[in-house]
Amino acid sequence: MAKLDSKVPSGPLADKWRKHKTEIKLVNPANKRKYEVIVVGAGLAGSSAAATLAELGYKVKNFVFHDSPRRAHSIAAQGGINAAKNYQNDGDSVHRLFYDTIKGGDYRSREANVHRLAEVSVNIIDQCAAQGVPFAREYGGLLANRSFGGAQVSRTFYARGQTGQQLLLGAYSALSRMISAGAIELHANSEMLDVVIVDGQAKGIIVRDLITGEITRHAADAVILATGGYGNVFNLSTYARGSNVTAIWRAYKRGACMANPCYTQIHPTCIPVTGDYQSKLTLMSESLRNDGRIWVPKRKEDRQKPPATVAEPDRDYYLERLYPAFGNLCPRDVASRAAKRVCDEGRGVGETGLGVYLDFADAINRLGEAGVRERYGNLFDIYHEITAESAYQQPMRIYPAVHYTMGGLWVDYNLMSNVPGLFVLGEANFSDHGANRLGASALMQGLADGYFVIPYTIGDYLAGQKPGSRPSVDAPEFKAAEDNVRNATNRLLGINGREPVSHFHKRLGKIMWEHCGMARTKEGLEEALKLIPALREEFWATVKVPGSAETLNQSLEQAGRVGDFLEFGELLCLDALKREESCGGHFREEHQFPDGECKRDDTNYGHVAAWEYQGAGQTPLRNTEPLNYEFTKMSVRNYK
Amino acid sequence: MVAETKSKSLSITLRVWRQAGPAAPGGFVDYAAKNLSSDMSFLEMLDVVNDELTMKGEEPIAFAHDCREGICGTCSCMINGKPHGPGHGIATCQTYMRSFTDGDVIVVEPFRARAFPLIKDLVVDRSAFDKIIQAGGFISVRTGAAPDANSIPVPKPDADLAMDAAACIGCGACVAACKNASAMLFVAAKVSQLGLFPQGQPERDSRVLSMVGTMDSLGFGNCTNQYECSAACPKVISHDFIARMNRDYLRASVRATFKPASASAAGGGG
Repeated sequence: MAKLDSKVPSGPLADKWRKHKTEIKLVNPANKRKYEVIVVGAGLAGSSAAATLAELGYKVKNFVFHDSPRRAHSIAAQGGINAAKNYQNDGDSVHRLFYDTIKGGDYRSREANVHRLAEVSVNIIDQCAAQGVPFAREYGGLLANRSFGGAQVSRTFYARGQTGQQLLLGAYSALSRMISAGAIELHANSEMLDVVIVDGQAKGIIVRDLITGEITRHAADAVILATGGYGNVFNLSTYARGSNVTAIWRAYKRGACMANPCYTQIHPTCIPVTGDYQSKLTLMSESLRNDGRIWVPKRKEDRQKPPATVAEPDRDYYLERLYPAFGNLCPRDVASRAAKRVCDEGRGVGETGLGVYLDFADAINRLGEAGVRERYGNLFDIYHEITAESAYQQPMRIYPAVHYTMGGLWVDYNLMSNVPGLFVLGEANFSDHGANRLGASALMQGLADGYFVIPYTIGDYLAGQKPGSRPSVDAPEFKAAEDNVRNATNRLLGINGREPVSHFHKRLGKIMWEHCGMARTKEGLEEALKLIPALREEFWATVKVPGSAETLNQSLEQAGRVGDFLEFGELLCLDALKREESCGGHFREEHQFPDGECKRDDTNYGHVAAWEYQGAGQTPLRNTEPLNYEFTKMSVRNYK
Repeated sequence: MVAETKSKSLSITLRVWRQAGPAAPGGFVDYAAKNLSSDMSFLEMLDVVNDELTMKGEEPIAFAHDCREGICGTCSCMINGKPHGPGHGIATCQTYMRSFTDGDVIVVEPFRARAFPLIKDLVVDRSAFDKIIQAGGFISVRTGAAPDANSIPVPKPDADLAMDAAACIGCGACVAACKNASAMLFVAAKVSQLGLFPQGQPERDSRVLSMVGTMDSLGFGNCTNQYECSAACPKVISHDFIARMNRDYLRASVRATFKPASASAAGGGG
């Protein structure tokens, strides 16, 4: 059974991080260059970590499956990044950001981690501004803010609707600077396919070059995974098509525990699904909820009427009605479930009935069309490209879609998994968002982990490793891992069945969405746990992967990733089945209050579930880490 | 009031450049794509064609893509001779089949530029762009060394203009559209963004000299003011930034010639 020691320092909440930083071990500057660190992924967490570790003097190797580190999916984050700067003088503080995030996460995250996140949030903004990130500014030249869900202050910094892009390009510029300084070896088009464990510690990875097909071994003193979330297990999501679970799944199969995989975030404002051919869903930023009002007709009969002909008294602005204190800016899980409920009642709009209106008519009256265009022009353009409709003239139609995953590999306070030497950052870990992430917090966490946490905490581990003690790539563990990768690749190419990979991905996605989406039941999950293994068996018998292993072969890449999703999806459903409560993004229909809100069970489920691999075909072990709330009271979330 | 648009069905012929690798001979191959929905994206159409090819036992068309919402810059290709296809200010992934007519022949090719060597079919190697950024597309600030963000006010017009330049997604359409395969718009966008900030001033001269020098050495051509780059840019980045960069380059060149440098540029002491 895995040992889950959170290593949360003792002492008052606000002092823990400061105290920890002064107590953990350091590596002296001359020794740093003797250590090699592998960073997998180049999103916000990966590139900020790689750049910062290189600045400190460590030798860094950065692996990214994209053709350039600038293309990692952090780039697509639209709305903004939270920080407790209190530049608006509206009562914000580190404590408030901490509290909002803990509450937003439905009391399922670690207090100490979240407090540290809130503390370093202010440094992130400083760092990014100094890099030349073009944040929105006021006329006086100072930084502007806007509001996001789950908060009653304006603490979100933004760069038009492209905040993720600008922050990522900032981190990419820092990464590029250290590459040109010779401190980072960049491996683009390189997919990590296994972690190598030597004497119980992570000491390397196996990589496939996606262009040449070459499989190579890489040794290091520590391995950092910053490989993003697993939302594509649902097939249709707001993720990039390439986003996958492979890196963390393969680490799981090498002994790293997978924590809370059932915590998936369904974002309330995405463009609805249109057809079977669809490959992705597009997000309409949460920032739109600052000025847009969400409604459906009060009566079913009105749902197909043109929206303008539905008179004001016949409209149900249901979020404003149900949650008057937060209104349209209630947290994502709450807003998504409310949308599902009104659609289930038959009041959904659009051809499919799976949609609600996000209406800007009031905002246009108040700010003028130009004012709305300045704030959201690019989002309205995206909406128009996809739907051929103008949101200036008629309300947007939106519906919830999979957007983020709070679960991920288990890590301690130092961001190290239960496998020593294996660190996990950003969306790939489980640590800071509990059962629901608040808007504008993903960018904050990715950069906090990379710029301001791992540079300190990795030293504590490396100081215990003798310089020069990393194993050679000729060690038998490396050979075994390489053989493992080679066999998996050859097996996929050798099936020579009839169905393309995409068919399996679509079918898996349907199972997941239907049985493990916004509302989950015991029966539904048990059904999914029968369907997924059957689909997996079919995949390994009938999938068709054309081409060879020695060239760029996108079918092969996709097959490997979907093969992993077909295993991971089962664990996700199992986790959802065993968590007999509702919390945040995990909603079990059996556990709700009469008004449809989440009913948590803190006594029995006030813990992290960290699953431990027991071998192929074996039921994984469910370890738990209790969440001891010392400073906050676990209470029923109230946004009313 | 605009009604919800109804999707239509269309069939097209896809004329695609197929090339197994950089050294292999390439050529156009026609594929029939039938009964497509006009609501389908161009890349979803390619997905459907590829699935059909797979089921027939043929190798699918390799094409670069990832976010499919016009921000990662991965998708490329020329559609009917235009980088990112017929739409203005959008990437290939934001192109929808409603832009085409039933019966159309659609010609799809990779980006063509010496500095973007072909990898396979529609996929080219754009790592030259990374090398240009590594040559100076950054402000040297160590993590943790930054002053409070509001201690450096930036006039809003400068910040807005910097954001216009920073919108570049690094897709390479500007290069593909240029008869000289010049990367001037790409380089100018980054040089301008950083040069508009107070914190970008210390390295302003060295940045522009180094980035332009690297661009030249990587085999990109020069600018002859045709502005095809801006017209093809999915983020409609203005060619005015090229003029701005040329001013910066000239000034930096002159200053590099006449500016006395400290004899003890490198530290040492202690």
